Amino acid sequence: MSGKLTMSTGNKAVAAAAKMAKPVVVAAYPITPQTEIIETIADYVASGEMDARYIPVESEHSAMTACIGASITGVRVFTATSSHGLLYMHEMLHWAAGARLPIVMGQVNRTLAPGWNIWAEHTDALSQRDTGWLQIYVSTVQEAYDATLMAFRIAEDTRVLLPVMINMDGFLLSHIMQPFEMTEPGDFIPPLNLPHKIDVLDPKGYGAMSPANVHYQFRFDMEKSMRASRTVIDETETEFKKRFGRTYKPVDEYLTEDADVIIIALGTLGKEAEVAADLLRKEGIKAGVMRIRWFRPFPLDMNIKGKELVVIDRDYSFGFGGVIAGEIQARYPDAKIASIIAGLGGQEVTYEDMAAFVKNRKTGTEFWFGIPQEEQ
Amino acid sequence: MYEIRIHSRGGQGGVTAARMMASAAVKDGKFATACPFYGAERRGAPIVSFVRIDDKPVRIYSQINKPDMIIILDPTVMDTVDVLDGLKEGGKIFINTNEETPFPPGFKVFRGDLTGIALRENLVVSGSAIVNTPVIGALAKLGLFTRESGVEAITDTFTDPRNTNAAKAAYDEVIV
Repeated sequence: MSGKLTMSTGNKAVAAAAKMAKPVVVAAYPITPQTEIIETIADYVASGEMDARYIPVESEHSAMTACIGASITGVRVFTATSSHGLLYMHEMLHWAAGARLPIVMGQVNRTLAPGWNIWAEHTDALSQRDTGWLQIYVSTVQEAYDATLMAFRIAEDTRVLLPVMINMDGFLLSHIMQPFEMTEPGDFIPPLNLPHKIDVLDPKGYGAMSPANVHYQFRFDMEKSMRASRTVIDETETEFKKRFGRTYKPVDEYLTEDADVIIIALGTLGKEAEVAADLLRKEGIKAGVMRIRWFRPFPLDMNIKGKELVVIDRDYSFGFGGVIAGEIQARYPDAKIASIIAGLGGQEVTYEDMAAFVKNRKTGTEFWFGIPQEEQ
Repeated sequence: MYEIRIHSRGGQGGVTAARMMASAAVKDGKFATACPFYGAERRGAPIVSFVRIDDKPVRIYSQINKPDMIIILDPTVMDTVDVLDGLKEGGKIFINTNEETPFPPGFKVFRGDLTGIALRENLVVSGSAIVNTPVIGALAKLGLFTRESGVEAITDTFTDPRNTNAAKAAYDEVIV
């Protein structure tokens, strides 16, 4: 890294990136482990460091609703939430995407109750996969910052006009302190020009009925934009590298080229898996890592032909299986997958554990880490 | 990679100490992360924080099970926590105390009376002696980072000169 490094938590990095993007409205409700994001933004607004309208609300449902109301006027909008807060927004997540509003949200992945648990799990966000939001999962404080900057540019691109959710692991990333470079984005994020914004001089109907003969057209239009977002993400990440020097791809690959077996995981597990791959290679096992960053749109060109996959899901879809393993199998029918369910509720998973998953892998099976073999 | 586990009590500043340690190492040109382990603890409960220092970016997020060094900010946590758990052979122990504390052989033990220094420097908040800035001085003396980077890491966080004064006193007084 070239510029000046500061120590920051993942939360504070997301807040700093949001400040850099200069949103006009922030409406949010606190929830562990995300609270530091909106506290930091509230401080920025109170001190005058950030010229935004901060709307404190009584719930996450209202937070998203306020974001929708603000966004439709054509201004830049940011919010943040986690876990139960995200689920409380669920109805409005569909609305935000359906109304084609480029809202950007920091989302800290936390387990869902009962029993009460504040630690990392991905089921909260993965269970929102069909809402029409773009979803990215990040693995370092720097990446959290950079992805938040890029999220505004991607969401607001007229080829996309869909909301973006930046996901980071609760505590593991939201509260870790790492050095990062607080890059000034300059004009990297162009001014927002929402084509369908409310304009009193050019009145339009909003929230009207869309009967059966048109509704599917709106939905297909969303999917077309989701497909186009792959190009926009690629362009944005390329431009980011050109300007600021840091490289990002929809799937981050580590030692995959000659790998026989590839660990696939999201977030911090995907980063620590690199250390597992190093360990395995010392033992003569050609291992690599694919860390899926963009979950929506889902990556369609993963180069996994002929390789065995160990897919680690920090989530579960009851009556089906690990969400990521299932999505990979659906998109890549020939994939040879050993599915590992690990890290639920913040369960400790080390790189040594991940190396063991690889060594003990059984393609076509599902293994719950920590559960005795005879009960599986 | 050098891995450090800090044992303290909630409210004692162990998390801030971890951040300043990592920050000082980064100022020296190293890579470092500080991660508190958040449990259900509240003020007064035993807590642990982790610091990793390396020459390349740290990619590990799981807890430290085999530390190179442990730091005991409150010796009374030893009544309920096995602070030596997993400490590498030849590993270092730094303990905040004014008296010799027995440890099993095979470790390098260092001590400093951080609480005494904090009281002497009037570094007291809500009735508690603050030990997280003096410990930075002690650790600089043990070579974890330079004295200058340690001081800078403190002044980034705290403007009150009592903090740097206490750290400098701890640097001079740590028993090696």
